[in-house]
Amino acid sequence: MQPTSHAFKQNAKRAMVDTPLQESLRRLETGFTAARQAAADGLPEFEDLRDEARGIKNHVLEHLDLYLERFESRVTEKGGQVHWCETPRDARNAILEICRKVGARTVTKGKSMVAEEIALNPFLEENGIEPVETDLGEYIIQLADEPPSHIIGPAVHKTKDQVSDLFHEHHQKYGKTERIEEPEALVAEAREILRQKYFDADVGITGANFLIAETGSTVIVTNEGNGDLTQMLPRIHIVVASLEKIVPTLEDVSTILRVLARSATGQEMSVYTTFSTGPKRPEDLDGPDEFHVVLLDNGRSEMLGTELQELLRCIRCGACMNHCPVYHAVGGHTYGWVYPGPIGAALDPHLIGLEEARHLPNASTFCGRCEEVCPMRIPLPKIMRHWREQAFEHHVSPSPERFAIRLWAAIAKRPMLYHLGTRIAMAVLGRLGRRRGRFASLPLAGGWTGGRDLPAPEGRTFQAMWAARGGRTGR
Amino acid sequence: MSEPKRVGLFVTCLVDLFRPSVGFAAVRLLEAAGCEVTVPSVQTCCGQPAYNSGDSADTRDIARGVVRAFRDFDYVVAPSGSCAGMIVKHYPELFRDDPAMAAEAEELAGRTHELVSFLTDVCGVTSVPGKYDGTVTYHDSCSGLRELKVKQQPRALLATVDGLDLRELPGAETCCGFGGTFCVKYADVSVEIVGRKSADIRASGADALLAGDMGCLLNMAGRLKREGSDIEVRHVAEVLAGMLNQPAIGDGQS
Ligand code: SF4
Repeated sequence: MQPTSHAFKQNAKRAMVDTPLQESLRRLETGFTAARQAAADGLPEFEDLRDEARGIKNHVLEHLDLYLERFESRVTEKGGQVHWCETPRDARNAILEICRKVGARTVTKGKSMVAEEIALNPFLEENGIEPVETDLGEYIIQLADEPPSHIIGPAVHKTKDQVSDLFHEHHQKYGKTERIEEPEALVAEAREILRQKYFDADVGITGANFLIAETGSTVIVTNEGNGDLTQMLPRIHIVVASLEKIVPTLEDVSTILRVLARSATGQEMSVYTTFSTGPKRPEDLDGPDEFHVVLLDNGRSEMLGTELQELLRCIRCGACMNHCPVYHAVGGHTYGWVYPGPIGAALDPHLIGLEEARHLPNASTFCGRCEEVCPMRIPLPKIMRHWREQAFEHHVSPSPERFAIRLWAAIAKRPMLYHLGTRIAMAVLGRLGRRRGRFASLPLAGGWTGGRDLPAPEGRTFQAMWAARGGRTGR
Repeated sequence: MSEPKRVGLFVTCLVDLFRPSVGFAAVRLLEAAGCEVTVPSVQTCCGQPAYNSGDSADTRDIARGVVRAFRDFDYVVAPSGSCAGMIVKHYPELFRDDPAMAAEAEELAGRTHELVSFLTDVCGVTSVPGKYDGTVTYHDSCSGLRELKVKQQPRALLATVDGLDLRELPGAETCCGFGGTFCVKYADVSVEIVGRKSADIRASGADALLAGDMGCLLNMAGRLKREGSDIEVRHVAEVLAGMLNQPAIGDGQS
């Protein structure tokens, strides 16, 4: 997708007056935060599991080459094939080539953020292949022709009413002329329509939550079971995954799974956890004839050994955005690219460039709640700060902002100047604001006073009063 | 009685400039707890505006000044979780490439505390001078809460204030949208967030809002006043110290 991250402020403005969006965001905020809390409280060893999960990923990242090679040889042994892809373009081409070989007209897709990252759908369409999203949320936004707004709930920004309208509009061609509203009925209708697509598809594409080095298996978790149908029914199964999804063993997967769903939706486990190992064997009743893993790097190996390495622990659970006050206010589309919220603010500058994504790490209050809930204990604010430093150093931040900061710093470094300047300024402001106790507007403070008053200072500074009283100043 | 604790008060720039009463309230509380309070006159700001804007060179200069100014005290106390958090958590990090300074910063971090948690956790304070007739609610400012684990301490002390009724704020741990320079750089988003906070504050039914950080207080008071609310907004230290002569934050002289 074409990023609109540079337009964060305009995007935010629009989002904040979008009533259905705001309604959805409120639901998300209350629902997800309470559910995660209950799940965390319900498991005494939850904090220890987080440490363990972090340890597993840290270990993998130290030996990434080794585990990736082991994974590849296991996949090959089992009759599958791994395609190493450095760039999104490589990944798209690898997928197209597989599709072309079997003359695919339709592919079904399970939910995959990496597929979004490489902008797979528009590419397949351009090449005459119809991608059909089978995850309900993905299906909804595909109908709406929108990007996902959340990494685990791509359509969380949509209200039930909007979904009714979309189905009503797009399902006419299947003879569904009645506008339905009941959630169960909506799901049933989507199911019915998708059912035929599963059978029509030549290729099924899924993402992966984990790649297991020990067994060469790939793992997806879903709540709808659509992933199973996507990968079992077509002749070809393509898994598209980024390389940091690797973990050493099945045991490790089960450890991380225990924190994944709890952090994401507050469930103990997702409804379906599906392991795929190679193509169908002679004794199997079903399964694909071919099994491909398209392994995407896209800048990830460059992150190793840098401040960004810790981001590679991310398991895409979405907890950071579920708990982010900025995300709650503006929603996922405002971030303007595939990964929204705190993880996006930390990761997107690397993937789409700091110039484009400059606002993302800046548009955070540094409240720290994302780090508090991140199951993998990724220091998201610290990484956002790293980007702010980069932006400041390379003059990507706007000059008026730089000027104001450097001016304040110059004063803060000189106590004499600070005392003199602030005494005068506070005396003036204090006198002006004394009667009302606040300002409704003030020159140069428009940002503050647009939506709130500025409380007036008392008039004298504490340090001046303290000195006048003869308090100890350590001189 | 044992030797008094020698405390250097890091008053913070926002208290210094906007609300000296909080500084005096802090002094009263510290003295009541048996501390000898000094306010080094070479102090200015902890450097957060520069730090959070990515200007780490200037931040380091400012931090060096703070380290120097507060060398000679048993403890350094700030009436702010965010500025204390800056010193405790971020100063050592800032100097990770300068071992000598890093050691000094670590040492300073080890004796720096947020005011209310210092009173309870270090001084063992269990009663305070304040009296208050009314219902208050309390917002947990993010840095104090998450960097310094300030949560129960203010509640414990507020519970000892005569006449005070504490009602928990729904979403007390949700950010108020201040975020330092964020509140002007992304003013629209900041206002949206504080608007939600003010709705929660009103819903609490309290007649006063307390918190431990001036930045958040200015933000929340500014929003409540813009909405025409007569909820009083004060720093928690003012109530604990019983220093309520100043009009509340954002209120005029009546
Ligand atoms: S950064 Fe942490 S909280 Fe956010 S999606 Fe990744 S693992 Fe989940």
